[in-house]
Amino acid sequence: MSAALDIIKDPTLTYKQELLALARLGEATDNTLRYSDDYYAAKESRALCDLNEGPMPYRPRYICPDYSVLFKKGSVFLELEPPKDLAEALNSLMILYHHVPSITAYPVYLGDLDALLEPFVLKEERAYAKKLLGLFLKQIDKTLTDSFVHADLGPQASITGELLMELTEEMQLAIPNLTLKYDPAVTPEDFALKAVQCMLKTAKPSFANHGMFVKEWGEKYAIASCYNGLMQAGGGFTLPRLRLYECSLAAKDAEDFLNRVLPYYADLQFEYMDKRVKFIVEESSFFKTNFLVTEGFVKQENFTGMFGLVGLAECCNHLLGITDPKKGFGLNEEATALGRRIMDKLTELVEAHEAPYCESTGHRYRLHAQVGIDSDGREDAPGTRIPIGAEPAMLDQLAVNEQFHPYFPTGTGDIFKFEETYLKTPEAVLPIIQGSLKRGLRYFSGYLENNDVVRVTDYLVKRSEIDKLTAGKQSLNNVTIFGKGAKDFGGALDRRVQHHEEDRNH
Amino acid sequence: MAGPWTEECSIMKKIGIINKIIAFSNVDGPGNRTAVFFQGCNLHCLYCHNPETIHFCVGCSACLAVCPTGALEGGHGKAVMGEGDMLQPVTWHPQKCISCDACIKACPHLASPKTRRMTAEELLTEIKKTAPYINGVSFSGGECTLQRDFLVEVIPLIRQLGLGVLLDSNGTYDFEKDPELLEMIDGVMLDIKAVDPAVCRTLTGAGPEMPIKNLKYLQSVGKLAEVRTVLLPEEGGSLPGEGQNRRSAASGRGSETILVTSSEKATSEGSFFDDDGGWHGEAVTGEGDLHPPNSMNELTVRTVASLLSPAIPYKLLRYRPFGVRQEGIDIIGNTITEESAAEALAALARSLGAENCRVV
Repeated sequence: MSAALDIIKDPTLTYKQELLALARLGEATDNTLRYSDDYYAAKESRALCDLNEGPMPYRPRYICPDYSVLFKKGSVFLELEPPKDLAEALNSLMILYHHVPSITAYPVYLGDLDALLEPFVLKEERAYAKKLLGLFLKQIDKTLTDSFVHADLGPQASITGELLMELTEEMQLAIPNLTLKYDPAVTPEDFALKAVQCMLKTAKPSFANHGMFVKEWGEKYAIASCYNGLMQAGGGFTLPRLRLYECSLAAKDAEDFLNRVLPYYADLQFEYMDKRVKFIVEESSFFKTNFLVTEGFVKQENFTGMFGLVGLAECCNHLLGITDPKKGFGLNEEATALGRRIMDKLTELVEAHEAPYCESTGHRYRLHAQVGIDSDGREDAPGTRIPIGAEPAMLDQLAVNEQFHPYFPTGTGDIFKFEETYLKTPEAVLPIIQGSLKRGLRYFSGYLENNDVVRVTDYLVKRSEIDKLTAGKQSLNNVTIFGKGAKDFGGALDRRVQHHEEDRNH
Repeated sequence: MAGPWTEECSIMKKIGIINKIIAFSNVDGPGNRTAVFFQGCNLHCLYCHNPETIHFCVGCSACLAVCPTGALEGGHGKAVMGEGDMLQPVTWHPQKCISCDACIKACPHLASPKTRRMTAEELLTEIKKTAPYINGVSFSGGECTLQRDFLVEVIPLIRQLGLGVLLDSNGTYDFEKDPELLEMIDGVMLDIKAVDPAVCRTLTGAGPEMPIKNLKYLQSVGKLAEVRTVLLPEEGGSLPGEGQNRRSAASGRGSETILVTSSEKATSEGSFFDDDGGWHGEAVTGEGDLHPPNSMNELTVRTVASLLSPAIPYKLLRYRPFGVRQEGIDIIGNTITEESAAEALAALARSLGAENCRVV
């Protein structure tokens, strides 16, 4: 059968999913954008991965519109006036979302919803505002059917934020992903505790280290897709990845890796990124004619390139001849120290490379610890995470994360699974988040054992939806298939649980 | 029970004998806390979930044979008792240990070979690692007050880190006589396991008088952090009072009866205790009325609730048979206390003034 016929006959794909798959197939018929032979060889060896971005980019990978433009000026192209009340505001947002492209074809950033909507919410009765916000969330879940659709809250407390979290708990929807921009000095404790409660029940929101992101990006930053730090009114052009484990296979030893192999592969990844960024800006029509650009929702200078990597743990373990991950990176100081040297070296390489465009990030790309894709299997753990099954107790896992999260302005994160009793004690979770953010953690995600909505590698899916696919039925969410792959091949749902280690009758 | 462990503790001086440190605990006081479990207890509660903390290793070496990874060695009763030494003849190698707990299951003495002897500074090093993430430290056990001298040395060091300290106590220690210790802690989380003397003795090995005295005293000086009572399951076996043969009572499981004192009436009207904390119930000799377990739960809850200030948390814990030794299972049973029964008692406690009572 042809590739197209495979797609058309696949019983587990919805119409929209078939359409997207066929579009990717069509894009792949053109290879105008060419790279060096070394690049193709590295890709073939799996040392480099382009995350199936497609050979002919016709939009940046991630687009984070400044939605306040819509509320201030409306849109000429969409023939929208600035909204006057909550119903109009939500309606305008839904219309605009429909026209925000991305690598997934769905908007990966829905805006800082509380800041955007609070003035409108305050003008309505609470119950009516909640009704409208509930319909809004339902429409997002059923039409923007992709878990990389992401909305932000905080750091200030708000009625809108409260209502959105209440609704998230009540509705148990996988979409949108949610982040609380958290700053203990700004975010009131009771609001943060509500967020913890919501996170335990629904696996969202995650907690972003607001202070850290503001230092790197300024106040107007977005958390998009999984956990990607980007600029509002900007975004990310492209996100390829080094598969560090496969890279390490070309090295004689750790020194050879640091001095020869890593710079070699980094250069090939720069080649890919440079060509791609130039193509998007110079050749594709997006930055020339798309209304998001012409009407000021995004500015080209606010986009940057995301230099991704996975598999630091396996890379370090391989270079040191460690075969048992329980004795390797994150649990063994020698391996963890090598990880720091590798990250220092990569930081140096990225800082030294003059990137085309990327004006707002000083003509430099920014590092990203990619969350992994289903086909990575167990060879490459997400970003700099300790492989699933080898995670130490939470205290030690946090200590490792705190060392590595500062390297990644365009995003990294880790996920912690809590057992049931924490539902009654959210006040026992918050100090863990506060302490870790203070010590350098960038992004904290948690969920409770046995929830239906679960966090896979950093996107949300429903267990019940994975079961549908396993049974050969369709799932509306585009991402469920990734969740199934990560579960089947990566053991992604089997991560360590933080629990009180015994049951006690005193 | 005042024999070996007091002797051991008097030798111990400023070494803490620690069964376990749990870095992050959400069940040992408010917020996220590091919980330090001391080895050694002067009670032997039938429902104890960690009975391996009750006694110290005597070096019988029964555990060596069951350890699958060779993480234990020594033993054979060759304990060295000397100045500064504890009776801890089996050596545990944590690096080889896979935490299967086979040693604990095999121990015939309600002890553990996996204890750690730590100085105050060594314990402080551990706590410094968790300090950024916690609200405070809780000392539990075993019974932490049995290692009082060690506590008095380590607690000021912990406070210097800006952390609060709570003690989790079975209430057998006379806190009124130790102002130095009380001064340096935020409070005591106190167990009131039963108020009927006969039931309490059978259940724990000691009477309720000192725990009740502590409840009143600690509350009066603002050092009562919370009170806890484990509620026994209604379907459990009978719990005999003093003078009865335990085994014969255990064989009578299903009778759903329990011995209470003839002065229960006094409690239902208020308290067994006079204003000074003195006991005015009658001594129990084994002759008494028989009541189902929930009656004893109610007696305890009523008594505590009538004594407690409204703001102080009163936690009702449901009995769970997991980890309970066979002796306890035989008598208390193999079921979890019904949530509805527990909630009803919490409502009762709240109606009697313990407004901060809840089931956990």
